[in-house]
Amino acid sequence: MFTRKDLLGIRYLSAEEITHLLDVAESFRDISQREIKKVPALRGRTVINLFFEPSTRTRTSFEIAAKRLSADTINISAAASSVVKGETLLDTARNLEAMSPDLLVIRHPSAGAPHMLARVCRAGVINAGDGANEHPTQALLDALTIRQHKGRIAGLKVTIVGDILHSRVARSNVYLLTKLGAEVCLTGPGTLIPQPFGDLVERGVRLEEKIERALEGADVVMVLRIQRERQNAAFFPSLREYAVHYGLNLKRLERAAPDAIVLHPGPINRGIEIASEVADGSRSLILDQVANGLAVRMAVLYLLLGGGVLRPDGEGEANREAALISEESGSGLGKVDR
Amino acid sequence: MRLLIANGYLIDPSQGVKAGRNLLIEDGRVAGILNYSDDVPEGAEVFDAAGLIVAPGFIDLHVHLREPGQEYKETIATGAAAAVAGGWTSVCAMPNTDPVNDNAAVTRFIIEQAERAQLANVFPIGAITKGSRGEELAEMGEMREAGVVAVSDDGRPVPSAGMMRRAMEYARGFDLPVVDHCEDRSLAADGVMHEGVWSLRLGLRGIPALAEELDAWRDCALAELTGARVHLAHVSTRGAIEAVRRAKERGLSVTCEVTPHHFTLTDEAVEGYDTNTKMNPPLRSRDHVQAILDALSDGTIDAIATDHAPHHADEKALEFDRAPFGITGLETAIGLAFDRLVHRGIIGLDRLVELCSTNPARIFKLEGRGTLRPGAWGDVTILDPNLRWTFDARRSRSKSRNTPFDGWTFQGAAVATIVAGRVLYTHPSLEDRRRAIA
Repeated sequence: MFTRKDLLGIRYLSAEEITHLLDVAESFRDISQREIKKVPALRGRTVINLFFEPSTRTRTSFEIAAKRLSADTINISAAASSVVKGETLLDTARNLEAMSPDLLVIRHPSAGAPHMLARVCRAGVINAGDGANEHPTQALLDALTIRQHKGRIAGLKVTIVGDILHSRVARSNVYLLTKLGAEVCLTGPGTLIPQPFGDLVERGVRLEEKIERALEGADVVMVLRIQRERQNAAFFPSLREYAVHYGLNLKRLERAAPDAIVLHPGPINRGIEIASEVADGSRSLILDQVANGLAVRMAVLYLLLGGGVLRPDGEGEANREAALISEESGSGLGKVDR
Repeated sequence: MRLLIANGYLIDPSQGVKAGRNLLIEDGRVAGILNYSDDVPEGAEVFDAAGLIVAPGFIDLHVHLREPGQEYKETIATGAAAAVAGGWTSVCAMPNTDPVNDNAAVTRFIIEQAERAQLANVFPIGAITKGSRGEELAEMGEMREAGVVAVSDDGRPVPSAGMMRRAMEYARGFDLPVVDHCEDRSLAADGVMHEGVWSLRLGLRGIPALAEELDAWRDCALAELTGARVHLAHVSTRGAIEAVRRAKERGLSVTCEVTPHHFTLTDEAVEGYDTNTKMNPPLRSRDHVQAILDALSDGTIDAIATDHAPHHADEKALEFDRAPFGITGLETAIGLAFDRLVHRGIIGLDRLVELCSTNPARIFKLEGRGTLRPGAWGDVTILDPNLRWTFDARRSRSKSRNTPFDGWTFQGAAVATIVAGRVLYTHPSLEDRRRAIA
């Protein structure tokens, strides 16, 4: 079902693989609700988090996910690594590889950096965000959140608002949502939603410059972060003007379906792309997303390290995954690590 | 010293020759075109070209030889060796060396290094502005006397229309063509590949086609204003081709070249982030490639040039957006031209010779090149349109290996390269074709 070495992007996954990942993530959610939040599934495995960009949420999430599966984790951030001494990414990778890690989780400002690593490393590579390319685990956790609240993805109307051009979150979400049959509408200032986005995938995406029209009847509204660090490129005149014309406030949200949900990948800029009354309101699932991020990352780590193919007990995969989350199960995987 | 290239099929568009003939070269110059039945001249070495095409030596209008300054990427000697291995008897070297070829001393150094190498002819191209900074004109007159055949700020295109106008007006006085790498930097910004659905899909910053097109239109308008000879380097877009087409219709002295990678690959090749698909101008979308093929076929494009741009492996082994632009091209160009153009019916054999020899010689006014008229230089490229061969980058003569065509198989090749009557390269398939007649 899932036999990949790496998770480089949603673009390469089939609908079946995505659904399977979400199902496994679902089964992992409970672990984090237990008193003792640890299973021995990845005991003896080593996961290196290699972060070349600042990140709190994603890095912490990967680290906790690995630890709850009993893997050993090491965090390396660019500022503290040999990168500041001029070491190239490939040399860094080769040196880490010499220490025989099982997985490398990489975040990097250059699109394609994880692909480069995946080509040279025996270890599996997880893309934790590469430039403006993809952020696959973010799209998976968004999908898990949507599925929990809507029961499905297919047929939903999802509107993504904001800086689509620079957003890896938007790309991964477009791929994932359209593969699972949702209709995606992208909206934002003309400078940030280039026309060819309409052809990004074969079908299921449309562009809409008027945010009010884009929100009409939406089941899910996904708000993207305005990346203040990119302000100098002058894609819009001011944050104030952006907030007025493209910020999601309660009035705009009224145009969406009555039971619409609101997602944001964080960190949020309150009062800019999202009004506080929306971010903190009843439709906001921002904190659910964080919790689901953990489950999704546990699922990804587990599946990439063979969880999806190893069947030592000879039983079906579904049984095995059920066993994994059952504390009473006789399977070694299910035992709580004390 | 006499060399008789016997039994070949001669194609020389410069004099309308397209027939089975022998070619006699004496003391480095063409001595005559003979019938098969004529006696072999006394003391001639015979090169048996039966079943092969004999053409005037191929001339690459656009290469980067990196010397002086970046000898770890390429030297004039290694670049010239790659040239002859690829079928090129002459190459024209862009001035973006370190120091920039913006004065006669650097020009003379390049020419001396080429003479020392004794391989392909190397014709230096001088800078348009000092240091290619786009601010003050370089000493074109001095460089002309030292041997430059054109001027260009390739790689750092002249941003200001005002400066370009002065450059054209000034270059005209020395009968030097102005070669422009068309790129409006404000539109290209810090893009790393063609702007389109693939740049969005890969999350890479795009260079819009318009960045080239706008400058192409500007240069054509300036050519009209100034009356200068203007040559547009490596055109890659429908709009730039359209600009050249219109300029030609108006009778302006505007020419253009295209690279093999731009008529072969599309921006889709960037998927996988191979830095050997990163060059400037970037690989374009299918629509632009089709426009190039049409223009090769209808005559709008004047020349095939490689834009051979060697880079060290370490420099290319970086993240895509951090790696330098450029790929090598001297040894794969003719294979690609046969495979992608001739065998697919886009162009015929005589057009191939025009694009690679006759026209380049005319565009840069290279006296005695691009023709097999008696008295011309004995520069000859011998072609085997049907040879199947596979390019192995590890065996390249270039110092660098940055090519997207490693392992590609081609039908058609340049199988021998003769410069001033000296056979400098023969493909292994021709081992036993040469014999001396006592």
